[in-house]
Amino acid sequence: MRKILAILISVASLGYSSAFAGTLVINTDLTDPAPKAAFDWAFKKFQEENPDVTIEVNNFDHEGYKQAIRNFLTTSPPDVFNWYAGNRMLPFVRAGLVEDVSDIWSDSGWVDGNLTEGMSHAKKPMTIGGKQWGIPYTYYQWGVYYRKDLFTMNGISVPTTWDEFVAACATLKAAGITPITIGSKYLWTTAGVFDYLNLRTNGYEFHMALTKGEIPYTDPRVHAVFDKWDELVKPGYFLENHASLAWQEAIAPMVNGEAAMYVMGNFSVRLFQEGGLSDSNLGFFQFPEITPGLPMAEEAPTDTMHIASGAKNKIDAKRFLIFLSRADVQEEMNKTLGQLPVNSGSKVNRDPYLEAGLEMLNNAYAMAQFYDRDAPAEMASEGMKGFQEYMVNPDRRDKILERLEKVRQRVYK
Amino acid sequence: MIWPIFNSLYISLLQWDGLSPAIYIGISNYIELLDDEYFYISLMNNLKWLIFFMLAVPIGLGLAIFLNQTIFGIRLIKSLFFFPFVISQVVIGIIFSWFYNPRGVIGPFLDKIGLSNYAILADENFATYGIIFAGIYPQIAYCMILYLTGLNNLNTDQIEAGRMDGAKGLSLFKNIILPQLKPATFLAIVVTVIGSLRSFDMVAIMTQGGPYGSSNVLAYYMFETALSEYGYRMGYGSAIAAVLFTIMMFYILFFIYRMYQSEKKGL
Repeated sequence: MRKILAILISVASLGYSSAFAGTLVINTDLTDPAPKAAFDWAFKKFQEENPDVTIEVNNFDHEGYKQAIRNFLTTSPPDVFNWYAGNRMLPFVRAGLVEDVSDIWSDSGWVDGNLTEGMSHAKKPMTIGGKQWGIPYTYYQWGVYYRKDLFTMNGISVPTTWDEFVAACATLKAAGITPITIGSKYLWTTAGVFDYLNLRTNGYEFHMALTKGEIPYTDPRVHAVFDKWDELVKPGYFLENHASLAWQEAIAPMVNGEAAMYVMGNFSVRLFQEGGLSDSNLGFFQFPEITPGLPMAEEAPTDTMHIASGAKNKIDAKRFLIFLSRADVQEEMNKTLGQLPVNSGSKVNRDPYLEAGLEMLNNAYAMAQFYDRDAPAEMASEGMKGFQEYMVNPDRRDKILERLEKVRQRVYK
Repeated sequence: MIWPIFNSLYISLLQWDGLSPAIYIGISNYIELLDDEYFYISLMNNLKWLIFFMLAVPIGLGLAIFLNQTIFGIRLIKSLFFFPFVISQVVIGIIFSWFYNPRGVIGPFLDKIGLSNYAILADENFATYGIIFAGIYPQIAYCMILYLTGLNNLNTDQIEAGRMDGAKGLSLFKNIILPQLKPATFLAIVVTVIGSLRSFDMVAIMTQGGPYGSSNVLAYYMFETALSEYGYRMGYGSAIAAVLFTIMMFYILFFIYRMYQSEKKGL
């Protein structure tokens, strides 16, 4: 039966490729230099391997893409588009705009082969309702980036426990250095801090349950997270005026030596380096342990590729997804991207931050996507607003958490 | 023109994310709105915009009188004063954000008066005023131009007559010049009210309604809930739009009524 199906599909695929002369329409928001270069390489390589396919790329501006995706998916769907894993793809999946690609994830579901074994560990974030909706091609770690020279100058070693971390902040503050820089104008940076505090205080399961809306925000365990946060906010360990700065602007104090740490994703390394920092004075460490003995889960947002349900050329689109999941392709692309390949068969750049990140993630108990990808959009937006307000006015914690609880009850109805 | 209005009123009765099927929920969106502190903050900010934006009218008038001279190069000076109106609001927003940045242009001055590292756009109490100040900058130029043309059309005979009768300085200005500028004043107030309702662009560029929603205005709040990255609550956004529409409607009706009254008097 399966064989007959396979033949039927391959016949259909032949029909397709001649009928459409193999045009593959790809919508992306990869306008930054590194992603653009990585994808230009991938497109070229794919065309070399599949000379019958012509790739047509529509590149959108990164911010505009978030709006555009809703329009193009409903009105003129491309074949392939990039997006993010977890809850961020949920509304599109639920609205039936994303193609189910479970067949390329299963062992022999599709004639042209399937994803390699190296991808099997990444199946879970791509799964909604027992089906897979795309493939991941890159991810990166979050953690604490710090000024090595400022640490040595003040006699601080890399903190591995919460007490050491708070003590390090106190020492830096006493030396006239802002311990932690942050730019919260666009809100999401605050969620990075919250996620790690929650993952370390209450653990991965609790964090996931909270972002799934199963736990009230007024729960004492959420308050425990804010107790820890208080220890950083109340003594003023975060950069002043962070609400007026974008995340990139908050890098400047660290480059100038006025601030020592930044809870950030690995994509920030390039900006640090452009600012003049190098391996000798810029380091990375894992967010320290808070509750002793709790398995350490990490924050590792994943970027993904999907097929639109209205795609005209689904055969080549699936070929492209499989191509993109290959170890050699991910290795080469992530070399350019400066991020981590998802395929476990790919090698990682010789780069101290990536190597540290990979080691950390390989030992991670579990991986969270990020607050605004794990929680639904409405909750995330209110939550991050609340986190920012809390960081400016820690005294309003109760009011903020009550408001978030109200939002939670509405959103997860 | 009419259909979109009614359509959006209808959407305000739905719960709809723009993709999935819409669910009819009656006036729940409006009930939620009544209990939404961000809504009240935005409404208050709209009011602040309206009140403080009115300052553009007298300041514009002052500048116009100051510039209404015939000395060498006045045309150039006038055009320099008019310049802010020519620049796009977006550019003004960006430039003022740089100004306000504690590491920016005014930072060193603030240091001297003891306000070191003060970022107005990060201060929940004053962020709105910071944006209004940026918004009023081109608006003053606009009012000034309206008054300059008004001043050009002044009836010199009347002024001469007034002078003869001993009117000078303030009384000349108040009793003779200002009444003649009435059409210009009328226009300046209208465009300023409209300008204050168009606060959306400045807010979007300078703070995105932040910090934590404290500098939001209704128009931006509507956009945020209905169309932003995390929003897509079309129904709720439409409910806000309906409120904004009602407020504008009242203003316009009042305005038409006033016009009608003065026309009647004129006859």
